[in-house]
Amino acid sequence: MPSEVLPLIIKALIVIGAVMTMAGYAVLMERKIAGWIQGRPGPNRTQIPILGSIPVIGTFLTRLGVFQPAADGLKFLFKEDALPGHVNKFYYVLAPMIAFVPAMATMTVLPFGQYTGADGVTVPIVLANLDIGILFILAVSSLGVYGIILGGWAANSKYPFLGGIRASAQMISYELAMALSILPVFMWFGGTLNLHAVVQGQYQVWTIFAQPVSALIFLVALFAETNRLPFDMPESETDLVAGYNTEYGAFKFGLFFVAEYTHIIIGSGVFVALFLGGWTLPFVPIPDGIAGAIISIGIFLAKVFALVFFFMWIRWTLPRFRYDQVMNLGWKKLLPLAIANLVVYAIIIALIENLG
Amino acid sequence: MATKVLERKPLSLAERSYLPQIVGGLKITMRNMLKPPVTLEYPDERPEIPVGYRGVPTLVRDPNGREKCVSCQLCEFVCPPKAIRITPGEIPEDAETAHVEKAPKEFEINMLRCIYCGLCQEVCPEEAIFLQDIYSVTGYTREEFAFKKEKLYELGGTLPDKHFKWDKKKAAEEHGNPHH
Repeated sequence: MPSEVLPLIIKALIVIGAVMTMAGYAVLMERKIAGWIQGRPGPNRTQIPILGSIPVIGTFLTRLGVFQPAADGLKFLFKEDALPGHVNKFYYVLAPMIAFVPAMATMTVLPFGQYTGADGVTVPIVLANLDIGILFILAVSSLGVYGIILGGWAANSKYPFLGGIRASAQMISYELAMALSILPVFMWFGGTLNLHAVVQGQYQVWTIFAQPVSALIFLVALFAETNRLPFDMPESETDLVAGYNTEYGAFKFGLFFVAEYTHIIIGSGVFVALFLGGWTLPFVPIPDGIAGAIISIGIFLAKVFALVFFFMWIRWTLPRFRYDQVMNLGWKKLLPLAIANLVVYAIIIALIENLG
Repeated sequence: MATKVLERKPLSLAERSYLPQIVGGLKITMRNMLKPPVTLEYPDERPEIPVGYRGVPTLVRDPNGREKCVSCQLCEFVCPPKAIRITPGEIPEDAETAHVEKAPKEFEINMLRCIYCGLCQEVCPEEAIFLQDIYSVTGYTREEFAFKKEKLYELGGTLPDKHFKWDKKKAAEEHGNPHH
């Protein structure tokens, strides 16, 4: 038994480390992109002693802000972890964990590469290859909102409370459209809910070209689910101070922060797997063995980062929707559109299957 | 004036979907992103000071190293916030520039009062006080902000002189024409 569990634990730790690092660097990426879009250089001062003083490379890395996430992380770690007197202490401490754990848990079923062994069998590189992968992701990722609601409520302060309420309403509204928008995708690939099968099915044509409306609805819902602008209702810096995490500081805030960026990365990963062909490139076969595994992971990560860039690009382009506009868009536009989309594709798929 | 009534057209489907507008916005931000930053990395890069900038008032010497101020106290008189305090002094008889007769014994500009109006520079008959290009004044105590004579000369340095008024006067005196 331990001999079976140990490699899994090591694999899980590697993936967790990679995703945490990516979340840290996504923060840097966000700050850099914000800077560039606003005509600023972005973070470019942080240096670590030996690495930063290498003549050309060190200067380049410093200008790029590569050491900034380490400084940010250390700051979160060493700041005084203040516990405000007016909060509900148990839930206040619990909330960041509840926000963080689902964000991390969703990545267990997200395949991010493939490995073809000597026997010619292609297996996905994933922590747990569930047949109901996408259901698991939808279910667990929406648990993350409990952390936000709980944090907003436990902070016992009006702005976090409003942020929490907005988060819950928004999450419920967009969850429906999100789930309905990806149903046609799985119908398209013969009714499987396994992400690996969906990626394999996109070898010739990416789903985004076959089902653009599904992709659009899913993308918009993804923005809402990850609380990104233009849907960052729970945070709303301009009207709710900092929303649900107003009363949080130090490492607890750091957990919320990392959870948010992990959500973005995982969400981008799901979008890439469902609509952008996952780790495949059209008409380019992936070689067998370890090389193929590394190439497929590289392709997947490149696509994910392109999408994360798109998230940030949108953030610094669009202003936030008003709360009622968010509700309008979710219930009156996206949900009917998603249902219509589902019906149309159900008919199309039925016709193809019966006529073809 | 005739009023022109403009027809307000209903939004088209594309406009109502908001997507073309988003694409337009994305194009603008992408163009901005590819431009070089407009910021100045301040302590490393300094702004270019325009000609005629009114910075910190300073005292200057002429190219021969003579302090130009003759402590006439016009600047002290004209100074709107009363930032300047001059204690006049005499130049000793045996000095080379004894014919100038007066020089400030103490010259103090309180930079906490100074409003950088430049009236002292305007009023100075000896062209001895100039608002130059120093724009950043810092200090830890109030006393540090009361710039003393040494500090003012250190900041001012030497400026070129067009007239050499006192050298001409001395030469005229030596040629027997004390009134030019």
